[in-house]
Amino acid sequence: MTESKGQAPLLEVRNVSKYFGSVIALRDISMQVHAGEVTCVLGDNGAGKSTLIKILSGVHPHDEGEFLVEGRIVRFSGPRDARAAGISVVFQDLATVPLMSIWRNFFLGSEPTRGVGPARRLNVKFAKQVMREEMHKMGIDVRDPNQPVGTLSGGERQAVAIARAVYFGAKVLILDEPTSALGVRQSGIVLKYVIQARERGLGVIFITHNPHHAYPVGDRFVLLNRGRLIGSYAKSETTLAELTQMMAGGEELERLSKELEKMGSEPELEQVARELAQEASTTGT
Amino acid sequence: MSVAGSTPVPSPAPRVAQVGGDERITGVRLVVRLLQRPELGALLGAVAVYALFAGVDSTPGHKFSSNAGMQNWTDAASTYGIMAVAVALLMIGGEFDLSAGVMTGTSGLLLGMLITRYGLNVWIGIVLVLVFAAAIGAVNGYLVIRTKLPSFIITLATFFVLRGVNVGVTLLLTSTVRFDVSDKAPGFDSAHAIFGSTFLAPYNFQTAVLWWIGITAVATWVLNRTTFGNWIYGVGGDANAARAVGVPVARTKVILFMTTAMSAGVVGIMVALRYKGIQSGQGVGQEFFYIIAAVVGGCLLTGGYGSAIGASLGALIIGFAQIGIIFANWDSNWYFTFLGVILFLAVGVNTLVRRRATSARR
Repeated sequence: MTESKGQAPLLEVRNVSKYFGSVIALRDISMQVHAGEVTCVLGDNGAGKSTLIKILSGVHPHDEGEFLVEGRIVRFSGPRDARAAGISVVFQDLATVPLMSIWRNFFLGSEPTRGVGPARRLNVKFAKQVMREEMHKMGIDVRDPNQPVGTLSGGERQAVAIARAVYFGAKVLILDEPTSALGVRQSGIVLKYVIQARERGLGVIFITHNPHHAYPVGDRFVLLNRGRLIGSYAKSETTLAELTQMMAGGEELERLSKELEKMGSEPELEQVARELAQEASTTGT
Repeated sequence: MSVAGSTPVPSPAPRVAQVGGDERITGVRLVVRLLQRPELGALLGAVAVYALFAGVDSTPGHKFSSNAGMQNWTDAASTYGIMAVAVALLMIGGEFDLSAGVMTGTSGLLLGMLITRYGLNVWIGIVLVLVFAAAIGAVNGYLVIRTKLPSFIITLATFFVLRGVNVGVTLLLTSTVRFDVSDKAPGFDSAHAIFGSTFLAPYNFQTAVLWWIGITAVATWVLNRTTFGNWIYGVGGDANAARAVGVPVARTKVILFMTTAMSAGVVGIMVALRYKGIQSGQGVGQEFFYIIAAVVGGCLLTGGYGSAIGASLGALIIGFAQIGIIFANWDSNWYFTFLGVILFLAVGVNTLVRRRATSARR
């Protein structure tokens, strides 16, 4: 872990552990998130990424260690506490309601109203205008605020969720596997929004199992495996190849490529095997 | 949604959220916005069904399209409409209530019991009935939330429990299948004037019609212009996403179940006061009419989409059919077949709409 900048990090965990009964979900995890930086949390399935998100977003309390927000030790009793502290999670598929219009989605759960008593009503004009402005800041021009979110592309749906989190005061934005269900082009669009959020001074935690998505946008990388921290690097200290190797383990890739070779009579499979072998050898050096 | 089968399907809006904004030229056209409304199909359907029954009307002087005819079909449609609006809100919220029909009977019978057995003032009886109905709705909602079972099953159980209670208790207390409501009971006249009377002297429209219009207006306001309305769309469209942004999902759904049961309470009170008594089998089977009206009005069975005005128009179509078939001198059994066909067409159109609304436009 490298110390950067004078001020306290937006969010920091020190030696945090979490147990579910006798199962060790997370052991001794430390990481920092700074304003204007993207911290990538990398790990394969079962590495403990989800548990870490749940601790950071207040869903689960941690069992050991310290959790600090802007230098102060905190203990959240629920997601509302985390949100009040400026920590917002954008879930991959829980982000928006497809049948609802963009403006209704944007303000769902925090609707702006005007008038009092029985005349209290949604401030539709204000809602539409704010939504448009915020989406514009993300580089999306919404022509029709009434358009159902379901008609947007996957990347744009994530953008609505991100813009919403930013508007409602998120200082730390946790993106849970935002690219995992998307194609190449849409993933690229989401990465663009990640960078935009960083440029606007947010601390971004980008959870992914894909180092190819993490490396181009990340400033620091935290690698998890089986609930343990296996590495924490600033961008200058590592390369994409190293990240990939550490994610899967070089020997593991090699073994996998051999197995595929044995099974593979199909040219495509052989191609995959060759690529894996190549990745394993280049990362080894 | 129309019987003619020529209802235009809302076309995909030719709109793309342009990145950059330079290419934006015009706003969204009015036609496109109209086609996006869930109640449009029901409106066109209502016009078509009206035209059909005005055409086949075999009464002297074309009664169907006269004021007297209007009195008849608004009367038939009004109680369906009151319930259809409540059921539509619940359906938009992602839930069902199969006990809504029998609940009208339970409420009316309870009112009759309170007035005739315990000699209560009619108004006190009305308040107690509404409290009771709210409690039944809350139980429905609580069980659905707590057990996480489909509301279809939970309210089917409530339906059968109440159906048995209605007949059983009535038989026990009166040894008949009917509770009478005496017009000499204290408060009867004023309550009757509001719940079971008529207005506009020569034509004598039912006061229920005013209730119907009023409830439709209030529901439309709530749905489209209030925070709670936004929550209804949210919990029906995707309860998990709504929960994740802080919408109280359980509370929203329980309130919707209570609203539905209380609407059934109002309808039961209307029946009991208007006919000065109520049969123990009242309301059984009616729940399907409410659901048909809501679905014909554009509500998706899966929740998250629909309108109160649409449900009202759906109820109006049912009213047209019920009266129109009599005036056309057809065998009234075809009424059910007709509604079945209408429902089938409506579901077809709704499915298309949802596919359009949820698929990416580029």
